[in-house]
Amino acid sequence: MPTFDLASVPLRDLNQALHAVGAGANETEFEVINPRGAHAVAVGIDAPVRVDVHGSVGYYCAGMNAEATVTVHGSVGPGVAENMMSGTVVVKGDASQYAGATGHGGLLVIEGNASSRCGISMKGIDIVVKGNIGHMSAFMAQAGNLVVLGDAGDALGDSLYEAKLFVRGEVKSLGADCVKKKMRPKHLALLADLLAKAGVTDAKPEEFTRYGSARALYHFNIDNVDAY
Amino acid sequence: MCGIVGLFLKDKALEPRLGALLSDMLITMTDRGPDSAGIAIYGPSEAGAGKITVQSADPASDFKGLKAALAKKLGVAVSVSVRATHAVIAVDVAKLDETRTVLKELRPGVTVMGSGESVEIYKEVGLPQDVAERFKIGAMGGTHGIGHTRMATESAVTTFGAHPFSTGPDQCLVHNGSLSNHNNLRRELVRNGLSFETENDTEVAAAYLSHKLATGSNLGAALESGLSDLDGFYTFVVGTKSGFGVLRDPIACKPAVMAETDEYVAFGSEYRALVNLPGIETARVWEPEPATVYFWEH
Repeated sequence: MPTFDLASVPLRDLNQALHAVGAGANETEFEVINPRGAHAVAVGIDAPVRVDVHGSVGYYCAGMNAEATVTVHGSVGPGVAENMMSGTVVVKGDASQYAGATGHGGLLVIEGNASSRCGISMKGIDIVVKGNIGHMSAFMAQAGNLVVLGDAGDALGDSLYEAKLFVRGEVKSLGADCVKKKMRPKHLALLADLLAKAGVTDAKPEEFTRYGSARALYHFNIDNVDAY
Repeated sequence: MCGIVGLFLKDKALEPRLGALLSDMLITMTDRGPDSAGIAIYGPSEAGAGKITVQSADPASDFKGLKAALAKKLGVAVSVSVRATHAVIAVDVAKLDETRTVLKELRPGVTVMGSGESVEIYKEVGLPQDVAERFKIGAMGGTHGIGHTRMATESAVTTFGAHPFSTGPDQCLVHNGSLSNHNNLRRELVRNGLSFETENDTEVAAAYLSHKLATGSNLGAALESGLSDLDGFYTFVVGTKSGFGVLRDPIACKPAVMAETDEYVAFGSEYRALVNLPGIETARVWEPEPATVYFWEH
């Protein structure tokens, strides 16, 4: 298993090695040590490899990920798994702002807390946060699922489209057009599946509340014409 | 974008290393702001002793004979220690205001960077590495300090536009962000008797906090009132003679990471700034909450 010690090897060597993995490659497991808060660790992977990062990283770790499984044994800075397409990203610690932003697919698991704007503009990614999330999370979220085992901050799901939000704890406040919704059997099944995929064994789907779009902002309301 | 760092020591054994630790943190943040850099160091203070940090564009002639000229005019002993373009004038604390007035007459080309019993402020245009070396920050000891590396968005890239800003005794502020109501607030503060050296938004925030502290608030209360009076984006790190505070605006898009151990409280714009601190592997590391005042006092 190739190991990249970022205390002595340039980050570019790691990312180029990860981008060079072709179909049927033998080396599919990589280890990264001493990331020391570096930015853009393991970004742009497009192969079913496994990367274990030992330590905390900075901005945009595992951004644009496709197919790979990236595990950070530490905390991550802003924009982890930003625009992820597929694969799995697991953060053992906390995540800073806009985790999983604009993600199109795949699964992002944050075992600690995520701060503000978690899942902003998500477009199909599934995000499971075992702790709490900060304010303005799932802002303009279009598709995908955000599951939060702890609490959510202010203005959850502001200007939400069709993403589904499931929160087990308290929600400090809901954003514009985000409303509490009924948990139907298909949602319970979806949630059970997401929790299982994220390795959560101590939470039941019935303990969560579902939030989604009231769809009141989808169309122009003629009563507001004087406002423009 | 700017980079800010702060270090508040709880363990006296680390005090001789304050300058070295803080300048290392600041140099790591160079790529967040390469146009100017500055550091405020809170050193040990002696009862009755005051100090003024001054800057000159022509240090060779401005600082020459300054000690004797000041002593003659003030009638008390004065010491002047020169560090490149800056000098620290040590004088009886009761004579601080008089010294500033006399200084204006004797050396009109000299600008006061900060004054008080403890703080020394060094800032210049240039990379953090060069600025730290020019002032030999690495060799300085102290109890706490803050640093800033600037990528200018408001006002010119000059020594006076660099942070930290100090507008009150032993008070200083560094800022990542931009304020949108600083012109109006500056006018209000001028009416309250404060004066300004620059067109910079951060100087207004520093003056605002100084005004609050001068009118009876402690640091925590001053920061709290800033939440409703300051409009814009900000992550602030603030120093006072005995304290160290952090405040982020309610939107909190400017990054911030903090770490605490039994030995220190540290602040960085990014985690990278903290990785060389002793015991960081086992420190409690967290992101400060938006619109929440954090402060520590010795």
